[in-house]
Amino acid sequence: MASPNLGITEHSHGAGEIPISKLDTHGSFDVNDFPVPNGREEEWRFTPLRRLRGLHDGRDIADGVVKVDVQAPAEVSVETVARDDARLGTSFLPTDRVSALAYQAFTEATVVTVPADTTAAEPVFVRITGVRQGDAYGHVLVHVRRHAAATVVLEYSGTAVYADNVEFVVDDGARLDVVSLQDWERDAVQVSHQYTRVGRDARFRSFVVTLGGDLVRLSPKVGYTGPGGDAELHGLYFTGAGQHHEHRSLIDHNVSNTRSRVEYKGALSGEDAHAVWIGDVIIGEGTQGTDSYEHNRNLVLTDGTRVDSVPNLEIFTGEVEGAGHASASGRLDDIHLFYLQSRGIPADEARRLVIRGFFADLINRIEVPELRERIMAEVEEKLALHE
Amino acid sequence: MTKFEIRGLRADVLIGAEERQEILKGVDLTINSGETHAIMGPNGSGKSTLAYAIAGHPKYEITDGEVLLDGENVLEMSVDERARAGLFLAMQYPVEVPGVSMSNFLRSAVTAVRGEAPKLRAFSKELQQAMGGLSIDPAFAARGVNEGFSGGEKKRHEILQLELLKPKVAILDETDSGLDVDALKVVSEGINRARATGEVGVMLITHYTRILQYVRPDRVHVFAHGQVAESGGPELADVLESEGYERFVKAGASQ
Ligand SMILES: Nc1ncnc2c1ncn2[C@@H]1O[C@H](COP(=O)(O)OP(=O)(O)OP(=O)(O)O)[C@@H](O)[C@H]1O
Ligand SMILES: [Mg+2]
Repeated sequence: MASPNLGITEHSHGAGEIPISKLDTHGSFDVNDFPVPNGREEEWRFTPLRRLRGLHDGRDIADGVVKVDVQAPAEVSVETVARDDARLGTSFLPTDRVSALAYQAFTEATVVTVPADTTAAEPVFVRITGVRQGDAYGHVLVHVRRHAAATVVLEYSGTAVYADNVEFVVDDGARLDVVSLQDWERDAVQVSHQYTRVGRDARFRSFVVTLGGDLVRLSPKVGYTGPGGDAELHGLYFTGAGQHHEHRSLIDHNVSNTRSRVEYKGALSGEDAHAVWIGDVIIGEGTQGTDSYEHNRNLVLTDGTRVDSVPNLEIFTGEVEGAGHASASGRLDDIHLFYLQSRGIPADEARRLVIRGFFADLINRIEVPELRERIMAEVEEKLALHE
Repeated sequence: MTKFEIRGLRADVLIGAEERQEILKGVDLTINSGETHAIMGPNGSGKSTLAYAIAGHPKYEITDGEVLLDGENVLEMSVDERARAGLFLAMQYPVEVPGVSMSNFLRSAVTAVRGEAPKLRAFSKELQQAMGGLSIDPAFAARGVNEGFSGGEKKRHEILQLELLKPKVAILDETDSGLDVDALKVVSEGINRARATGEVGVMLITHYTRILQYVRPDRVHVFAHGQVAESGGPELADVLESEGYERFVKAGASQ
C-alpha cells in the first residue's frame, strides 16, 4: 500500500503556495514594543489568552516558585548567574511580548557550557520544577563550543505559570541534541521560546515532547550563522481532555547550504483537547542550496478535539535545493486495526499497538534510554484514560 | 475434526456513506479439516469479498446467511474472536502497519490465539525456525509490519503467520500471485507443513493451476457472479486452465 496511514487525508503543497503576510522575524527586548495581544493577531489567534493567567499582559507578581537543578558530567560547566551576565541575551531578540516579559523578569539564569573539542560523556539534565503555583520566569543558555558535542535534556515538571527563554548556541562543527520534556502537572501554564543558532557545519537536533500542563505554548526558532548547518526538529504531543498544546516552529534559512527537517506528531483524546502546530520556514534572499521539509501529523482518537495545523513556507530566492511541507490529521485507520485483530489481537490492544507505532520511530530516535521508556509509559498512561 | 460451513452467504461492499453493492449472492460451501478446496474464478467475481466478509473486514456487510465453525456462528463474533476461534485469512494485499515491529506483532498474535504468552526464549526459537523454513531473513523481525515489504515478502509473512497461529480454517487469497518460481515453492512447502497436521481445512483462492501442482486440492470450485457456479475434483482446474471462465461469465451475464 502506497500510503502508510489510510485513514488520514493528506494534503501537500509545492513550494510557496501559501504566502505569509508577516513573519515575526524582528524582535526587541523592550516589552513596550509589543502591544498586549487581544487574540485577533495572527500569532495569538489560536491561543486562549484567558488561560495564560496574565503571562501576556505582564502582571509580573512573580508569586510562583520554580526550582532549577542541573546534573552534568564533569567536562561540562554549569553556572547559575545573575541577570546582568554579559553572555546572556546575545544570541536572540525576543519575538513576542511574553518572551520580552520573561527576559525582563527573570532573576537568575542557568548557563551550561561545553568546552571546545569536548564530547560530553553523559547527557546534561536541566530540571525545572514548579514548586509553588504562581507566575515565574526563567532563562537558560546552552553554549556548545567549536567541535564539541552534547545532549541536553530540559525537563519541566511540577506546577507554575511559567515563561522562559532558552538559548541554544551551537558553534562551528559542534553538535547539540536537545530533549525538551514538558511534563507539567495538569494545572501548569508555560510559554517558552527556544532560540537556536546553528554554526557552520554544525548539527542541532531537538525532540520536543509535550504531555502535561493546562496550556503549553512553545516556540522553537532556528537561525544559522554559517553554511552547512543542519537542524532537525522533532516533536511529540499527547493532548488530553481540556489541554492546549501549541508548537510554533520557525526555521530561518538566512544562510546558504543549510538543511532543516521539522516533524511533529501528536495524538488528541478527550473533550476540548486542542493542539496547534504552526511551522514557519523562511528561505532568505540571495541564499542557495537550502534543503527543507516540514511535516505535521495528528491522530484524532475521540470526538470533541480540535487541531489547527498550519505550515508556512516563504521563499525569497529561486535557488532552492528542496522545500516542501505536509500536514495530515485523521482517525486511527480501521484497516490497520482490522489486520491486527484478524490475527487474534483484541481491539484495545490493537489500538495501543497502532498508536504506539505512530510515535515509536520518533521516540526510538531519542538517545537517552530512560527517557524513551518514561515517555512511552506516559503515552500509555494517557491512552489508558480513554479506554 | 473441524467442520467449516458457509450457508447462503450474501454480502455487500460498502462504497460510500449511502452507497453499497451486493457482491456475494448466496454462497454455499463446506470444508472439513484435512481438506483443501481451491476456489477459482474471474476477476471481480467476489472471491476476496468472500474471504474478507468471513474475516469481518469493516468494508463489507453480511446481509444474509451463516458461517459456522463446528456449529458456532462465526458472524456473531468480533474480528479478533473469529481469529481466536481458529479462523485465518492470508490476504491478497496484506496491510502495512507502520511502527509496529513484526516480532512484537507476532508475539501479540501468538499470545492472543494460544491464550497465554509463550516463553520468550522458546518463542524466539520457534520464530527463527519458522522464518528459516520460509527463507525469510531474520532482520525482518525488527521491521514494521509489512512496511515497505515487496509483494512476495508480504506473502511469505502471511504464511509465516499461518504456521505460527495454527488455525482450524485457513483462507488463502491469491497467496501465489506475485511469487517467482522459487518463492512459490517455498510458500507451498509452508502451506503443506500446515496441512500435514491434518487439522486444518484450507480454502485456496487462485487464478493459476501452478500452485495446485504443489498444494493438491481435494475439490475445485468455480466462483462467478458472487456464487459457487460449479464444483468438481482436481481435474476441473485443468479444464479451467485450458478453457478459461468464459462459460461461467456468459452464464452469469445472461441471468
Ligand atoms: N470499494 C469498492 N467500491 C466499488 N466496488 C468495489 C469496492 N470493493 C470491491 N468492489 C467490487 O466488488 C467486486 C468483487 O471484488 P473482489 O475483490 O471480491 O473480486 P475478486 O474475485 O477477488 O477479484 P480478483 O480475482 O481480481 O482478486 C468487484 O467488482 C469490485 O470492483
Ligand atoms: Mg481478489
